[in-house]
Amino acid sequence: MGFKNLFNTKKILSLIAVFMLLGTSVLFAQDAASAGASASPATDAAAKDTGLPTAGYYILMFLVVCFFIGIIGKVFRVYDLTQQIRGKKPLNWNNVMGVLCLVFLVAGLYGAYWSFTVQGSMILPAAASEHGGILDKMFWTTTGITMTVFFITQILLFTFLFRYRYNAKRRAHFLPHNNTIEKVWTIAPAIVLTVLVIFGFFTWKSITNSVDAKGEPASINIDITGHQFAWELRYPGKDGRLGKTNYKLVNGANKLGINFKDKYSYDDLQADTMVIPVNKSVRLNIHAQDVIHSVYIPAFRVQLNAVPGLPTFFKFKPIMTTAQMRAKLDKPTFEYEVLCNKICGGSHYNMKKVVRVVTEAEYQAWLAQQKPYLTDQLKKDLKFAATEDSKQVQQNRLALNN
Amino acid sequence: MSTLSVHDHSVAHHEEDHGHHHHKETFISKYIFSMDHKMIAKQFLITGITMAVIAMILSILFRIQLAYPDKAFPLMETLLGRFAPGGRLDSNFYLALVTIHGTIMVFFVLTAGLSGTFSNLLIPLQLGARDMASPFMNMLSYWFFFLASVIMLSSFMVQKGPASGGWTIYPPLSALPKAMPGSGMGMTLWLTSMVLFIASSLMGGINYVSTVLNMRTKGMDLWKMPLTIWAFFLTAVLGILSFPVLVAGVVLLIFDRSFGTSFYLSEIVLNGSQVQPFEGGSPILFQHLFWFLGHPEVYIVIMPAMGISSEVMSVNSRKPIFGYHAMVYSLIGITVLSFIVWGHHMFVTGMNPFLGGVFMITTLIIAVPSAVKTFNWLATLWRGNIRFTAAMLFAIGMVSFFISGGLTGIFLGNAALDINLHDTYFVVAHFHLVMGSAAIFGMLAGVYHWFPKMFGRMMNERLGYLHFWLTFIGAYLVFFPMHFMGLDGVPRRYYAFTEFESMKQWLSVNTFITWAAIMAAVAQCAFLFNFVYSIFFGKKATQNPWEANTLEWTAPVEHIHGNWPGEIPSVYRWPYDYSKPGADEDFIQQTVPLSQTMSSNLPHDFEDNPTGLEEHAKWASTQKSNEQVK
Repeated sequence: MGFKNLFNTKKILSLIAVFMLLGTSVLFAQDAASAGASASPATDAAAKDTGLPTAGYYILMFLVVCFFIGIIGKVFRVYDLTQQIRGKKPLNWNNVMGVLCLVFLVAGLYGAYWSFTVQGSMILPAAASEHGGILDKMFWTTTGITMTVFFITQILLFTFLFRYRYNAKRRAHFLPHNNTIEKVWTIAPAIVLTVLVIFGFFTWKSITNSVDAKGEPASINIDITGHQFAWELRYPGKDGRLGKTNYKLVNGANKLGINFKDKYSYDDLQADTMVIPVNKSVRLNIHAQDVIHSVYIPAFRVQLNAVPGLPTFFKFKPIMTTAQMRAKLDKPTFEYEVLCNKICGGSHYNMKKVVRVVTEAEYQAWLAQQKPYLTDQLKKDLKFAATEDSKQVQQNRLALNN
Repeated sequence: MSTLSVHDHSVAHHEEDHGHHHHKETFISKYIFSMDHKMIAKQFLITGITMAVIAMILSILFRIQLAYPDKAFPLMETLLGRFAPGGRLDSNFYLALVTIHGTIMVFFVLTAGLSGTFSNLLIPLQLGARDMASPFMNMLSYWFFFLASVIMLSSFMVQKGPASGGWTIYPPLSALPKAMPGSGMGMTLWLTSMVLFIASSLMGGINYVSTVLNMRTKGMDLWKMPLTIWAFFLTAVLGILSFPVLVAGVVLLIFDRSFGTSFYLSEIVLNGSQVQPFEGGSPILFQHLFWFLGHPEVYIVIMPAMGISSEVMSVNSRKPIFGYHAMVYSLIGITVLSFIVWGHHMFVTGMNPFLGGVFMITTLIIAVPSAVKTFNWLATLWRGNIRFTAAMLFAIGMVSFFISGGLTGIFLGNAALDINLHDTYFVVAHFHLVMGSAAIFGMLAGVYHWFPKMFGRMMNERLGYLHFWLTFIGAYLVFFPMHFMGLDGVPRRYYAFTEFESMKQWLSVNTFITWAAIMAAVAQCAFLFNFVYSIFFGKKATQNPWEANTLEWTAPVEHIHGNWPGEIPSVYRWPYDYSKPGADEDFIQQTVPLSQTMSSNLPHDFEDNPTGLEEHAKWASTQKSNEQVK
């Protein structure tokens, strides 16, 4: 019961006052100290701010708040007791809570409305890729259905709470079950979900089934390789094909491990920016060197993990150039971006690559300026290495035969 | 406490069961290495709350980083030292905070803290058993859990910091110590801690299942069990079947880390030039093993909360739970389905797209039992007589969160929509509402409701109200805006949103969220004070403070080793006879035989009992003729 006594005595009040005084003076002292420190940077180390006085002050403020809450609690208690003495009913907390539920409902509905309009207008613009359009449509359908359910159920929940709050004179309605209504609300969501599943299943199939159809012009093959903490790009040269790679060939000069024995690799191009032509199908071949990364281009509704040892690909068709998007959003600096969306280490938050969607002509002009991976210097080095390599292979074979 | 009288009772009545050993009860055998299920429940609860507070503080630390990415806080350096050089969190340590926050909350608070507390407390008390099937194993379960907690926290003491690959610890990031600092010693400790944790969880689970199946009192058939027990029972079954798979996954990861195997590793080059010898493994394999536990795990977290809320809502609306059978079948449905939906966490991992399609179908099917439960809760409130106890408010909050968070699951369960939402803040908002907030609210509802049973005293209701409203509003303010961040393609687990032009518009929202989180965190002080104060100075509880029907309220307030003095009460009816027409009071306890309540019996009460039905018909006809005579 020591706590109760403590609460009732005036000691606690004076104690708080003393603390406040102390805290304020400490804070002032700290201000003075920091002012002094800025005046003479030489004493910086001595007067290093540990943050403790500030924290202490916040804790004091917290205690004061607790104290006031305690007082309010006492006031309620005194009120209840006086009501009892007068023979009147004490405060009916069931009514208070019932009303609060209603207040919460109204405030919450307004808050949700505000959030939907203000923050809802900050979300991604309409998809800038072909399949993204279908996804957006599906997203808005799902949103329509779920938000209807959301508002109806939350409104029912909180109005029930208010409407059926406790009343000593009333008795609850004994209703253990009702098979008809239970069947209805089992089957109804089942039907709605079936529709969503079918819609989703076929969309998913069409997006992931990304083999080029017959007669369709071949997609542009682009390799994107993730490593801590950057993306590397590789474009095919004039032959339109990418050369083979082998992770064992990776070194400082050949950072993607391109196998230059493969003739398709000779004209593979390196690039700093992912430039792609509009309205042309692009096939991203996704690789990772060290840990799992994830290629995520929100504006195109493109995402697929980059897994070491498991090459994956994602096919999409951009339908808006960067310039068009800039005009549409009225943001002259807008860029499409690839970001990493799978935790990959300390600089995960800063692993980006700019994507620029341009017209076909601009694309060709840009492509012509890109440099091949196989530089003259590398060629010289590799030719030498290549012959040595083949010699070794032959030796191995001999060894095996023996 | 008057333990003397307690001992007299139990000794007099079941000498043969317990002998005299508890006369020599010492401090150690009573409070530390206790084998009494009620004490073990309290141990789980207090450890769980401690871990929750720690994990909450971690979340506030990284929230501050997200709100003020460019600001230095000298206090951070004072407290965290090398992890926050110059008063700014280190980006690797930020990920460690995220990882340990998730691990502690999911496993240590919402699995052990929730199931451990309430399964231990309520299974014997609500079923009419003297204790758990195996009290010694029960004690071991707690101590393994305690050890696991200590090891998990000790990883903050190692040089390179705790594990930091996210709570899902996907290899190769977690398998290669060179990939990030947290994948060194910190990850080893994480794995050790988890193996111990799983051992604890299995020992607990086996105990719960065997107690529920074998130790029910007379008359307590399965269909007379309260929904809490159904939930704990099915949760334990889920845990027993899925946790061992995580052990398998974790052991293979330990092999990859320490013994040079390559189960999960293939074609890896570190730092642009260090070619690693691993070949032929698959990182996706780990994800399959992890989520085979990971998905049931979210139901392990939410099902006890559902059971607790069902019970609390029924008691406080003074109404039977609507559709008891449907509630049980939907729990069973969730249990079964939860094993075949794990792939929805892996839609964009490069897994075969056909598998993605199949997992999408199973995932959306699991929404049906969840919807049924929600509607049944609403129907339970309808025309009830709702008493707003603190427990009731938290149960209602649980329902509200479950609706809000559950609906966004329909987006994420859809493979096509998941392409753009995967690993964004939309996911963060979704699971924090549906399994984070909802489960913690279920747990708090349980604490407020069964506090009198645990400690023999009442918690302060008004502080409970304050705690509820601040937490409830705080949680919505924190997680509601996150949906929109996710829809803007803002990824989770980002140390700062300063590097991308498109994300800078969310800085002010992040500041707002952080302050809402701080408010909600501070509000927990109301709970902590209330909890600790009430243990020692709370108002003394009566035997049945909430006028509830279940068996635990027939046990004396004083804790007895063996729960009931004398014989264990028999059970004659289901636990939800609230406000039955014709009854004197608005509740009839399970121990009241139907013969004592002739005026309120319904033909329905005699479904499997033809003689009873005959008696009832006879009684009803005499009543009728009496009426006519009058």
